Amino acid sequence: MSKVVFKRPKALADVVTHYCPGCSHGIVHRIVAECIDELGIQERTVGVAPVGCSVLAYNYFNVDFFEASHGRAPAVATGAKRARPDLIVFAYQGDGDLASIGMAEIVHACNRGEKFTVIFINNTVYGMTGGQMAPTTMPGQVTTTSPYGRDVNQIGWPIRMCELLSSLKTDGFIARTSAHSPAEIIKTKKAIKKAFELQVANRCFTFVEVLSTCPTNWGMMPIQAQKRIEEELLPYYPLGVFKSPNGDASKS
Amino acid sequence: MVEVETVTGVRIDKERCKGCELCIGACPKGVLAMSTKINSKGYFYAEAVHPENCIKCGLCAISCPDVAIEVYR
Repeated sequence: MSKVVFKRPKALADVVTHYCPGCSHGIVHRIVAECIDELGIQERTVGVAPVGCSVLAYNYFNVDFFEASHGRAPAVATGAKRARPDLIVFAYQGDGDLASIGMAEIVHACNRGEKFTVIFINNTVYGMTGGQMAPTTMPGQVTTTSPYGRDVNQIGWPIRMCELLSSLKTDGFIARTSAHSPAEIIKTKKAIKKAFELQVANRCFTFVEVLSTCPTNWGMMPIQAQKRIEEELLPYYPLGVFKSPNGDASKS
Repeated sequence: MVEVETVTGVRIDKERCKGCELCIGACPKGVLAMSTKINSKGYFYAEAVHPENCIKCGLCAISCPDVAIEVYR
């Protein structure tokens, strides 16, 4: 019998996703499912789905799921975690959901030090609704609501969520990774695994931002979109661990 | 499923593949290429054209957003 190098994780449902070809959501779903498998927490994990492209995430994981209203996933996760501290709760949100309408919920959940995990997919655009400008859209980026490119004099600069949340004094694990190459995907897996491990140990609020591609709304081939992350996004959104509960922040 | 476990190298579920070509960029050995045929959804799918060069590193599988690839050693 041959040895398995890579196989579909059990916590990932055996269905074809609705995501566009090359979308990073599938990669991050697979990583989350693998972490759930490896930690043996499938029976007590509850996810919170956002509004956005990943609104149907509840169909793709073999764990229980809530569907939160737009931006309110951290509030729903707070309720679930406080009512049942034995559960492992994770919220899965995009940038239009978390950094725009859900800004209050995420900042206060982080500030209260709620002991759940947030996976934040940052693809610098609203995906599901047709590629509108998000708070994380890059300067000059053309979207359907910024046809001349994002003008930072009018709209301000993109919001860097990891930097913003890591400025709060409350203990937490805050990291930014990317999904643009196999090496970075492996690092993303490490960060998400660390976040779930900290939650299993009941340590602190955990937040992992993943820079992701949106080939459809960026108007690029998937491989070009990965290059865009490397060339355009990384200089503005540095990768690394911004805060860890021991206080030893280290940038990769 | 028994058949799957005796296979070595990459195994691509062509019905899951959406033809994004990320696995081709991830492969260090040029094992994969796009097929000239389409699957039932109408996507050109990836296939192993040089399976003899495969080193079973699994980079194609971790890059696949649709988890269409399994790798056996």
